[in-house]
Amino acid sequence: MTNWAEPAITSLLGAAFALADDGAHAGQAADHAGHAAHAAHVIPAAVGGASAILLVPIVTLLATIICGVLAALGNKTKLPAWISVGALAICFGAVLSVYLGFDGVPKIAYGFQWINFAWGPEGKPGHSLVADFSFYVDTLTLLWMLFVTGLAAIIALYASEYMSHDVGLGYCRFFAAFNLFVFSMACLVMGDNLLLTFLGWEGVGLCSYLLIGYFYQRKEAVAAAKKAFIINRIGDLGFILGIMSVFVAFGTLQLDPLFAMIQKGVDAGGNPIAGTWIVEVIPFLFAIGAFGKSAQIFFYVWLPDAMEGPTPVSALIHAATMVTAGVYLIARMYPIFAADEAKMALTFVAWSGAITAFWAATIEMAIFDIKRVMGYSTISQLGFMFAGLGLLTPQGAAYHTFTHAFFKATLFLGVGAVMHGFGGQLDLRRMSGVIWMKGFGLVGVAMLIGSMNLTGVPGTAGFFSKDMILAQGFSTPDSMIGGARWLGWLLLLTAGMTAYYTGRTFFRVYLGPKDFVPGNDAELIDLGRHPKGTSLEDWHAQHGHGHGHDDHASHASHASHAGHDSHGRSASDHRTATKLDFDPTTEQFDPHPPGIAMKAAIAIAMVLSVLAAIPYFMGPHGGWAAEMVNKSSASYHGPDTFNFLGITSHYAMYLISAVVGFIGLLIAAYLHGPKGWQGLFIGCRESAGVAPRADKLVGMFGPLTKAALNKYYVDEMYDAVIRTPLKVLANIFYLIDQFIVDGLVNAIGAIPKFLGKTIRPMQSGELHGYALGMAGGLAVLVLIVVLAAS
Amino acid sequence: MNTLLLGSTLAQSGFPAPMSEITLAHYLVVSAIMFTLGLIGFLTRRNLIVMFLCTELMFQASGIALIAFSRFHLLYTGQTFVIFVLTVAAAEAAMALALVVLLFRRKESLDAEAWKDMQG
Repeated sequence: MTNWAEPAITSLLGAAFALADDGAHAGQAADHAGHAAHAAHVIPAAVGGASAILLVPIVTLLATIICGVLAALGNKTKLPAWISVGALAICFGAVLSVYLGFDGVPKIAYGFQWINFAWGPEGKPGHSLVADFSFYVDTLTLLWMLFVTGLAAIIALYASEYMSHDVGLGYCRFFAAFNLFVFSMACLVMGDNLLLTFLGWEGVGLCSYLLIGYFYQRKEAVAAAKKAFIINRIGDLGFILGIMSVFVAFGTLQLDPLFAMIQKGVDAGGNPIAGTWIVEVIPFLFAIGAFGKSAQIFFYVWLPDAMEGPTPVSALIHAATMVTAGVYLIARMYPIFAADEAKMALTFVAWSGAITAFWAATIEMAIFDIKRVMGYSTISQLGFMFAGLGLLTPQGAAYHTFTHAFFKATLFLGVGAVMHGFGGQLDLRRMSGVIWMKGFGLVGVAMLIGSMNLTGVPGTAGFFSKDMILAQGFSTPDSMIGGARWLGWLLLLTAGMTAYYTGRTFFRVYLGPKDFVPGNDAELIDLGRHPKGTSLEDWHAQHGHGHGHDDHASHASHASHAGHDSHGRSASDHRTATKLDFDPTTEQFDPHPPGIAMKAAIAIAMVLSVLAAIPYFMGPHGGWAAEMVNKSSASYHGPDTFNFLGITSHYAMYLISAVVGFIGLLIAAYLHGPKGWQGLFIGCRESAGVAPRADKLVGMFGPLTKAALNKYYVDEMYDAVIRTPLKVLANIFYLIDQFIVDGLVNAIGAIPKFLGKTIRPMQSGELHGYALGMAGGLAVLVLIVVLAAS
Repeated sequence: MNTLLLGSTLAQSGFPAPMSEITLAHYLVVSAIMFTLGLIGFLTRRNLIVMFLCTELMFQASGIALIAFSRFHLLYTGQTFVIFVLTVAAAEAAMALALVVLLFRRKESLDAEAWKDMQG
């Protein structure tokens, strides 16, 4: 018992001393930073210190357990939500306090001894496996943890209202998984060794599975959850192989000694790693793992389907945090990626990212489901991040991850509010002018801010972060990353397409004449269905859904329905309402505006996504986020060679990307914009459903649009190329098993059966028969004896 | 007497003369007849009790043979053995009769054929 507790306590005690000690290291660290040029520099980690960060896993795990216990107790209140919001706020506070007291020297916050055993000659590398439950805290992990915990707290607040139609068991389940997700994410991001990172990696995969499949009674949700899980497993195989290879090559899984060895350029045996399989193969394996988690090329198919989950989950896990784990993994392992002189793996990552970005953008331009638009846009933006990593600007990738987390969360929360308010309507042809509807103003403004960020309107956070990546595309010479210039053009084109599809959604759904058709999600319809003129009691009696009036408290947040807010439903009846029982032609549907909790969360996320631009100016060359990367092991300075009309790359790219983005927006306004100023005076749309110019254009492109709308039939292709052959093979093996393996076993089993059948008739049941047999036998025996004797 | 001490018996020495005295052969013939009667009875009768009695008959036949041989060889192992057999037979008789009673209760019949359905 004390065995593992002791080091934990010492480390907690040691934290105070370490803080005092670290002052001496800080100067040294600054020196290191001064030399930072072109290659990864690694500062050895100080053991102890930053122990406050341990609060994150402890508090989230505790919150998970409490939510579980509440579920077991049959809780019917919103308590789990408030516990989660509180717990996640504490986590954010802990991360923030560690960040504010951070001096640049990586710290190892020791939790407890987890895996630790040795074999063979002692002290030799490769003869011990140490994986403690301890956290490696440096600026890169802090950057990630800051937005993970911060956004988690905000989105938990949002979910407290969004999930309110499910108060009860489902509510507890949701928040238990939600907290478990943050716990896993903490292990992933801050793990001091690759094994703990892997634990977190699988943990977030599990939580993602649980939350995508939250509406487990819907077949699509279950299928999507399975799909996400299985496709992630394929990527995980690469990650596992990478971890094993690291252990084989370096004899350790702990990041600190690993980075030290890579910096020296030697493996466990002291042999140089340059040009060996170590730097040529291992990065590819990690890249495969990262592609799976971040839905990059080949693997992206799971992410759009993951939109089956509740919107807060899409916002937090499938847009802002979990899917950036792949970006994080490559940034974390950047020393080994950069150790390869030929940069083969990084070239691979860059091309995959850029192609994914472009590919997903083409799909987004065609599909009509606004939540899927956001899903594909996440894939596309992740592609940008990967391209940034590959193009030797981990700073740009990290900053884009940071800004993207905020503005994409804002966008998702806005989409969620619309979905919540319009009975689950997600088709952008069925809604128009949402911003002008009562109670949706804030949502509209948030969507505007988020869209501006995504488009890259000059001055927004998204503009600056995307710029860092685009500029690097034109700066990195072809000799370092093959075809870097092409990547730059491809990304620039994609940026224009991004502007178009973002504008398309915004112009169609949020601007223009007020017009809508509610969706057919029975639960959400009930939130917004209040026929005017009839009393609510009559209406309930008429529809007979057994709407209880016993939990008004839980719906206090819907009080914005002045006068008729008593549509409380007992938690048990929430699945009884049949779908499609709403007829928009005869019944009145009031869009159901978001309540105070959702509004607060949207507002905070919106403000943060605006403020995310400020860090860009907090320091040279990419600002604060870049500085955070530079102070960590991921620091790598790509060449800055691009010159355009005598101005440096970033300033040139400001102009170019602003123009490209503006063109994209203009096209969107021309095709989809409503008449008048809202369509920038070039739109001509007059209703929700018909955008004459766009519809005409669709006709011109014909099969191409149809293909993009159907996601280029990639799912069908996978089905034909992978699933069907596997199924056929499985059937063949089934037959082999049935007839050859089982046949052999059954044949052996048949022998005694046959023998028994032959001999059985002797057991006639006639006593005299037996007696005669005995007597006869005796006679024969006697005869033999007598004959033998004579 | 001398010959007795040397390990041979009166019967072995031909005393008394056959046909005038009862010799081993007589005993063995009686035993064989009893055994055969028992065997025939067992094979031909269908009444469970009678069949049981027939087995007792065979038992006693073998007992007679044993005692005869024992006397003939002047070794008392055979007699001791018969005592044991009798004891066991007594116990076995009690059990067998109880069994017969039970079987009778089941089928209301003492016919051995009634249990023909106990086949493999």
